[in-house]
Amino acid sequence: MKHRLVNALPALVLVLALLGAWELYADSGATSSSILPAPHTIAQSLWSNAGLLSHNLAVTAEEVVLGLALALALGFALGVLIHLSPPLRRACYPLTVGSQAVPIAVIAPLLVFLLGFGLLPKLIVIVLICFFPVVVTTVDGLAAVDPDQLKLLRTLDASRLQAFRFAELPAALPAAISGARIAVTVGVIGAYIAESQTATSGAYAGLGHEINADLSSLQTSRAYAAAVVLFAFAIACFYTLSLVERRLAPWANQSRGDLR
Amino acid sequence: MPIELQSRAHLTPGRRPPEQRTPPQRTAGATRANDGIGLSDVSRAYRDRHGASVQALAGISLHADHGELLAVVGPSGCGKTTLLELICGLQTPDAGALECSPAALMPQRDLLLPWLSALDNAALALRIAGSPRAASRAQAAELFAELGLGGFEAAHPHELSGGMRQRVAFLRTLLSGKPVLCLDEPFGALDAITRAEMQAWLGRALAREPRTVVLVTHDVEEAIVLADRVAVLSPRPGRLRAEIEIDLPRPRSRTDAAVVALRERALSALGLGAAAGQEMMTGMDSGTAAGMGSAP
Repeated sequence: MKHRLVNALPALVLVLALLGAWELYADSGATSSSILPAPHTIAQSLWSNAGLLSHNLAVTAEEVVLGLALALALGFALGVLIHLSPPLRRACYPLTVGSQAVPIAVIAPLLVFLLGFGLLPKLIVIVLICFFPVVVTTVDGLAAVDPDQLKLLRTLDASRLQAFRFAELPAALPAAISGARIAVTVGVIGAYIAESQTATSGAYAGLGHEINADLSSLQTSRAYAAAVVLFAFAIACFYTLSLVERRLAPWANQSRGDLR
Repeated sequence: MPIELQSRAHLTPGRRPPEQRTPPQRTAGATRANDGIGLSDVSRAYRDRHGASVQALAGISLHADHGELLAVVGPSGCGKTTLLELICGLQTPDAGALECSPAALMPQRDLLLPWLSALDNAALALRIAGSPRAASRAQAAELFAELGLGGFEAAHPHELSGGMRQRVAFLRTLLSGKPVLCLDEPFGALDAITRAEMQAWLGRALAREPRTVVLVTHDVEEAIVLADRVAVLSPRPGRLRAEIEIDLPRPRSRTDAAVVALRERALSALGLGAAAGQEMMTGMDSGTAAGMGSAP
């Protein structure tokens, strides 16, 4: 535990230094507080709006977690299919890459029109943004299996499926989880975009929606407070996935540094 | 698949019938009779990265009988790995006849799966054959205890030393249940002390679990200490230069006069010994080699 704290120290020092600089700049009067509120104002707003923000966080977290789970399942499945079938690879890869270039603003109204004001259109936007890194890392992970390893399994009379089950699948797991770590950070942005682009019927519309509403009503410090919550949520998701990787793929930690 | 005894007999005239030549300490066991390999006049070429055809083996005739340990020595690039892949069925010969019982390969690199424990790695072939995990582990655990790996069952490959990893890789090959084991320079990457330990360990393991073994090695001494017969190959394309019978009692010491004499003989066949050139390209007469081996 003590070791962990020592590891976290540099990040803490950096955050404090950045906050200090920000505080000095904001207090100097160089900008208006409706454009860049000082950190202490944001902290106050965070405290006094804790209830509102936590309700909105719950909405956004649900979108991100469900969206990421869907993106992982779809991305991993597509990665495996692409790996196993060269024709499928040629068929799917260009479309997969192209899916990253789809301007969400173009299809969001369509999704709302087709699927209503609920969770579903937001999930689709998040999945669209998240599944690409999972597909790419999964395909790369599967292809990175040692060919000698596969040859060895062949001398042990392993079927194609068994070679996949014993060698390729576990070899690709850390790569797929790395993809998921990238996906979760862009997924949080995805949730913001989804909430900005699609209308919502519920009492709380999520942090992204809250940020936009606050900015347009000049409640800048509350918008910043919501952004801070989103920021912390993204970091928490990233490190949760690192923990998951350590549980699911402990062998992957041997050769890598401690960037987690 | 039984080997062609007839064709082999005429290929290697003057040899004793195989059932008499099998040394008594490594008969029977889990394998059937005729669990050997036979290659007659086998050639194999492969394409290199630039698409050029490279002749790896040219007209090789070799055989190993049930329970026999055949060592294959030769310079780098003499097609030893191609030879093993042919025996294991990973390649097919371009010319010649190949009759081999099912063979399992122990590659130069251990290729243990990092996500499996040592025990699960050793039991891999059993799992692949459809045996449930618990039963496979139990069967592997028995061998672990018997062959001095007890206590390392749960260790993962990255926690094991090079020698231990090779032991686990050997057990994985052994547990494939195939009558022929092809060992591709199993101890090549180990330091000299560990290698000597491993050679002794392999000797004990095979005494307990007899198999037909084809051992490919750079190390002439290793070949003489472990094998029943040593085949010396020429540089690429690999041809058989000499075959040396090792009719010495086990365990053998590398400082034994007979071992040293046979080593000199093998080295000269490779063109490396003090007597280099004398016996080049002449198939070693097995009677002479055996007589020399039993001399004090």
